[in-house]
Amino acid sequence: MVTYNLIGAGLIVIGAGLGLGQIGGKAMEGIARQPEASGKIQTAMIIIAALLEGLAFGALFLGK
Amino acid sequence: MVYAIIDYFCAKFLGAKFFDKELMMQVSNTIKTLLQLLILCFSLQSFAISDTEQEGTVSTKEQVDEYILHHLKDSHDFHLFSYSNDAGERKHVGFPLPVILWSNNGLATFMSSEFHHDDNGQVVVERNGSKFVKLHSKIYELDNGATSVSFDEEHHATNAHKVLDFSITKSVVGVLLVGLLMLLAFSSLAKQYGKKKIPTGFGRVLEPLVLYVRDEIARPNIGEKHYRKFTGYLLTVFFFIWILNLMGLTPFGFNVTGQIAVTACLAIFTLIIYTVSGNKDYWMHILWMPGVPVFVKPILAIIELAGAFIIKPFSLLVRLFANISAGHIVVMSLIAIMFTLKKSLGVVGATGLSLVLSFFITLIEVLVAFLQAYIFTALSALFIGMAVAEHDHEHEHDSHGHEVVDAEDVRGDFI
Repeated sequence: MVTYNLIGAGLIVIGAGLGLGQIGGKAMEGIARQPEASGKIQTAMIIIAALLEGLAFGALFLGK
Repeated sequence: MVYAIIDYFCAKFLGAKFFDKELMMQVSNTIKTLLQLLILCFSLQSFAISDTEQEGTVSTKEQVDEYILHHLKDSHDFHLFSYSNDAGERKHVGFPLPVILWSNNGLATFMSSEFHHDDNGQVVVERNGSKFVKLHSKIYELDNGATSVSFDEEHHATNAHKVLDFSITKSVVGVLLVGLLMLLAFSSLAKQYGKKKIPTGFGRVLEPLVLYVRDEIARPNIGEKHYRKFTGYLLTVFFFIWILNLMGLTPFGFNVTGQIAVTACLAIFTLIIYTVSGNKDYWMHILWMPGVPVFVKPILAIIELAGAFIIKPFSLLVRLFANISAGHIVVMSLIAIMFTLKKSLGVVGATGLSLVLSFFITLIEVLVAFLQAYIFTALSALFIGMAVAEHDHEHEHDSHGHEVVDAEDVRGDFI
């Protein structure tokens, strides 16, 4: 069913959005607390965001 | 005016590093040329697409969907654009590519132009006693005795079978082109280090990128001791993905990193490298995790094996494939607004909306092109780093004899 697929895709996007928001927000906080560590925080942030994204895309891909 | 802006930025950002006036001029000239090429590409892209989706030829939702799907797929000929001439005939502009097949009767080669842009199995090409038809971008060989392809209710061919297809398709052309470009650019860069201390010309653009991959990706993720061995692979994969991603944004319509076969191949390279170079500690941590109760060890071994051989390469390949495909779909859909919203917004409104949206999304795609290349390289480096990390120190224990997890183990846990 197309509708169920779309609902599933919506749920995946909500979950991924919440996760990315957490990652981005916490990284911002971290950078605000310790601006001198911003480079390291950014790298870690991008890597974790990429892992999350991989998971979300994997789910979307399987649900297609 | 563009020159003035570029000059200003060059002076501001590069002036501090390059004290030599002449060097600075050369760098700024190279950047200018690159920017001009980029701008040319963008304008050509919108030109090419607006030419292809002529008024009346692509108007409905189905046609737009079909057009986008056709773009995402690999094809046997290099198609630039199509137009309808005054007589109402459909003309295709592009050039054919060689088709190389291994059929029941051995090798068969011909140019893709012999199919005459047919994609429904109508045109039959005969070579070495075998008959071939092209159906939905795949080449089929007709069974013995059949002269034309017949279909069942679901439009599957009933009297034809697939053949081994080694054709130089559009994606293969893209891969070969990038390989050639990289060979030329980087061999000239490498040669220059023999004569002088610093590179000249285009090498001056490449050197900071090479250093960036080495110092920001390879060294921190793999570790001081082993990073040199893997930097070559990481550099290759970084530039390969980046250049192919950027080529996907040009009007030639390459979608190479959006082909799952290409990304799967790259992920398998990484898998092989970190599996082969894994040391004793790495396999120990996978098969018989130290520091946990015995009954947990087999369970962890299953999870770790699945992680090492399935999840890690799968996440690498799906991320790149999905990001690039999604980007292409979004750009093409926004361009298609021109046609789908023409009735409700009028020609000017729809074109303006589509132009503004697709322009900004294309700018974001340029960023994504770099980011995906960076992420693929960084995660490859991370996986390799986990495989070659040395646990020569005894694990620390606290006062109760429990093991204190070190930073490296924690890093491995979330992958």
